[in-house]
Amino acid sequence: MTSQKQRPRLAVFKLASCDGCQLSILSLEEDLLLLDQAVDIAYFPEASSRMEDGPYDITLVEGSISAPEHIEQIKNIRAQSGLLVTIGACATAGGIQALRNGADVADYVATVYAHPEYIQTLKDSTPISEHVKVDFELWGCPIDKEQVRHFLSDLLAGVEPRFPEHSLCMECKRQEHLCVLVAKGEPCLGPVTRTGCGAICPAMGRACYGCFGPAEVSFPAGREHANADALASRFSEALHLSNDEVLRRFKGINSHASAFKETAGKWQKMEENKHE
Amino acid sequence: MNEIFSQGHESKTIRVNMLARVEGEGALHIDIKDGDIKNVQLNIFEPPRFFEAFLAGRHYSEVADIVARICGICPVAYQMSAVHALEKLFEVNIDPQVRKLRRLLYCGEWIESHALHIYMLQGPDFLGLHDALELAKTNPDIVKRGLRLKKIGDEILKTLGGRAVHPVSVRVGGFSKAPSQKALNGLLEALTWAREAAIETLQWTTTLDFPDFELPYTFVALSHQDEYPFNEGEVAVSGTAGQARYAVSDFEQHFKESHVQHSHALHCLYHDQPYLVGPLARLNINVDKLSPNTKKALNDTGLSLPFTNPFKGIVARAVELLECIEEAIAIIETYEVPASPYAEHEVKAGTCMAATEAPRGLLYHHYKVNAEGMIESAKIVPPTSQNQTRMEADMSVLLPSIQHQDESEIAFACEKVIRCYDPCISCATHFLKLDINRSS
Repeated sequence: MTSQKQRPRLAVFKLASCDGCQLSILSLEEDLLLLDQAVDIAYFPEASSRMEDGPYDITLVEGSISAPEHIEQIKNIRAQSGLLVTIGACATAGGIQALRNGADVADYVATVYAHPEYIQTLKDSTPISEHVKVDFELWGCPIDKEQVRHFLSDLLAGVEPRFPEHSLCMECKRQEHLCVLVAKGEPCLGPVTRTGCGAICPAMGRACYGCFGPAEVSFPAGREHANADALASRFSEALHLSNDEVLRRFKGINSHASAFKETAGKWQKMEENKHE
Repeated sequence: MNEIFSQGHESKTIRVNMLARVEGEGALHIDIKDGDIKNVQLNIFEPPRFFEAFLAGRHYSEVADIVARICGICPVAYQMSAVHALEKLFEVNIDPQVRKLRRLLYCGEWIESHALHIYMLQGPDFLGLHDALELAKTNPDIVKRGLRLKKIGDEILKTLGGRAVHPVSVRVGGFSKAPSQKALNGLLEALTWAREAAIETLQWTTTLDFPDFELPYTFVALSHQDEYPFNEGEVAVSGTAGQARYAVSDFEQHFKESHVQHSHALHCLYHDQPYLVGPLARLNINVDKLSPNTKKALNDTGLSLPFTNPFKGIVARAVELLECIEEAIAIIETYEVPASPYAEHEVKAGTCMAATEAPRGLLYHHYKVNAEGMIESAKIVPPTSQNQTRMEADMSVLLPSIQHQDESEIAFACEKVIRCYDPCISCATHFLKLDINRSS
C-alpha cells in the first residue's frame, strides 16, 4: 500500500449536471477501493460526508457554469487545485442545458416555474474552460468509466494522459458494424463525433447522436475539427432532411461545442431565411 | 467542509455547506424560536436546467435521449415514462417479449440504484461512518458485495442499452435492437450469485439500529393487478389519507405542484397534503405482488408491514433488490428474441400521460404533441419534488426531540432523515446547506 503521506489529494465537485459522470467513478467497482488506496479522496460529497478543505492535487469537475454563483465557485476551485480536470459534456462543453443558449431564458423560466422572480440563472450554460484554465478534458455524456480508469492510472503512474480524438467511424469500422449512414440512410453523427463511447449506437442499430462532442484531427499546421458542415450537407442532399432536421442533429448534447455550434448556426440561418 | 458557528445564546445558526451522499445540491433552513420549531425548509438550489422548455420544438423520437439527461442515476425511468406516454397517444401495441425486456431494463436500474443507496449512500449512516470506503477498511466483504451487486445492475443495463448511464437503445415502440438469448444467458451466473447476495443484504439491513420514528404517512405508488409495478399500473394511495386509486391520466387532478420561493424544485401535494413515494410506499401497497422467494425472504426477517418508519426504507430497498433479481432471472429464462425489436406506429396529435416507478418513486410525464410529431409542451413531476414536503414534515417531527442537542448532532440527524428518501436533487432540479436560526 502506498504510504498515507504521499497520496495525492483528490476532489470531485459538481455544478449544473445530472450526476451521471460522478456515478461513473462510483461504478469503478473494486477499483474504487484501489483508488482509495492510491489517492486521498479528500472531497467527494456524493460518496462521503468527510469533506476536507483544499488544496487538492487532482480536481475533477462535473457540470457546467449555469448559475451566477458558479463563476465565483469555479475560480475558488481553480485556486485550490493542482490539476483541474473536467469530466463530461456539461463541464467540457456546456452540456445539454446549453440548448437554452441563444434562447430567451426569461421565457424558459416562465415555461417551467410559476414564479420566475425566485429563479437565479445565467443566460448561457458554458464550459469550465470559458472561465478558468483547464488541464485535461474528458468528453462524453456520460464519460466512459474505462476512460476515467486509464486517465487516473496514467496520471498516478506519472505518464501524461492522452485521449483519442479521431472520429467514431474508425472504432465503428474496427467493430465491423453495418454503416448506419451509408447502408441504412440514417443521419449518423459518427463521422464527426469524437471516439470514446465504444461505438454503442451503431452496435445497437441506431445513428450516433454526438455524446462525445466533435472529433479533432491533428495536422502538422495544427488541429482542426471534423468537417461537420460537409456532413450536414450530406444529411440535406442525400438523406433529404429538412433544414430544421439537420439543425436539430447538431443541436443536441454538445450544442455549445464550437464545430457543432457553427454548423447548427448556419442551418438555423437558412431555416430563418426560408421563413422571411 | 462543514461550517458550524453560534451567534450567542438566544439565536444560533448552523450551516452545513453541502449535504453528503445524496444526488444533487440543496440546503436546509430551520428557525427555532423560544424552543419552538417555527419553520423547516428544504432548499433545493440545483440550478434549473429547463428540460421542459427545450423539449418543446423537438421531434418525439428525440425525447428518450433528452430526458435521460435529467438524471444520471435513473435515466431509464425518464426514458420509460416518456416512451410509455407517447405510445399511449400513438396506440402502439408492444410485443410481449419487448415488454419483458423493458421490465428487465428497469430491473437493471433498480439493482444499480438500490445497491448504491443501501451500501454507499445510506448504509454508512447506521454505522456512524462517513462513507462506504471507511466500512471497506473493517468489513471489506460487505462493501465488495454491494459493489458487485451494483455491477450486475450495470451489466444488465449495458447488455440491453449499450451502457449503464444514459443507455441508447430505448425508443418509442420498443428498442433499436433486441439482445440475443445468448447475451442474456450470459448474465445468469452473476444473477444466481446475486440472489444469495441480495438475501444476505436483506438480512444485513434488518440488523441495523432503526431509530424509534414511526409516522402517519400517506403512501403513493403505482399498483398493477398482477405484477410488482415498474412500467404500468394505476396510481394507488394508502395510509392516513385513506385508500384511493386513480387512472394515471387523472394524476394532475389530485396531485398539484406549486412553486415556493425557497426551492428550484416544484412541490407536489396530494389534496393539499404531503405524501411519500418510493420503496416504502411501493412495498406497503404492493407486497402481495412479490415473487414467492422474495415473500419468503421478507417473512424470514420477522418484520411486519406496513413500514411506517422512513429509516426502514433501506429494508424496503433490499426487498426490492431481491425482487428485481428474481424477476430478472425469470425474464431471462423465458425470453425469446422478438420478431422485431420495435413496433411501427403512426404519429397522432394529442396529449398523453404516463407514470412509471423510478427507483426513488413515481415519475409522471405529460406531453402535448402535434400532427407532425413535434413536442409542443412537456410536464415532468419527479419523485423528489413529491417527497420534498414530506421530508420537511419529517424533520418538523424530529426536531423538537433533538433541538437541545449540539448543532452538529442536529445537522447529522436531519441529514440522515433526508438520506432515507434517497433524494435525487438533480432530478428535482443541488447545494444542501443547513441553516438553523435559534432565537427567543
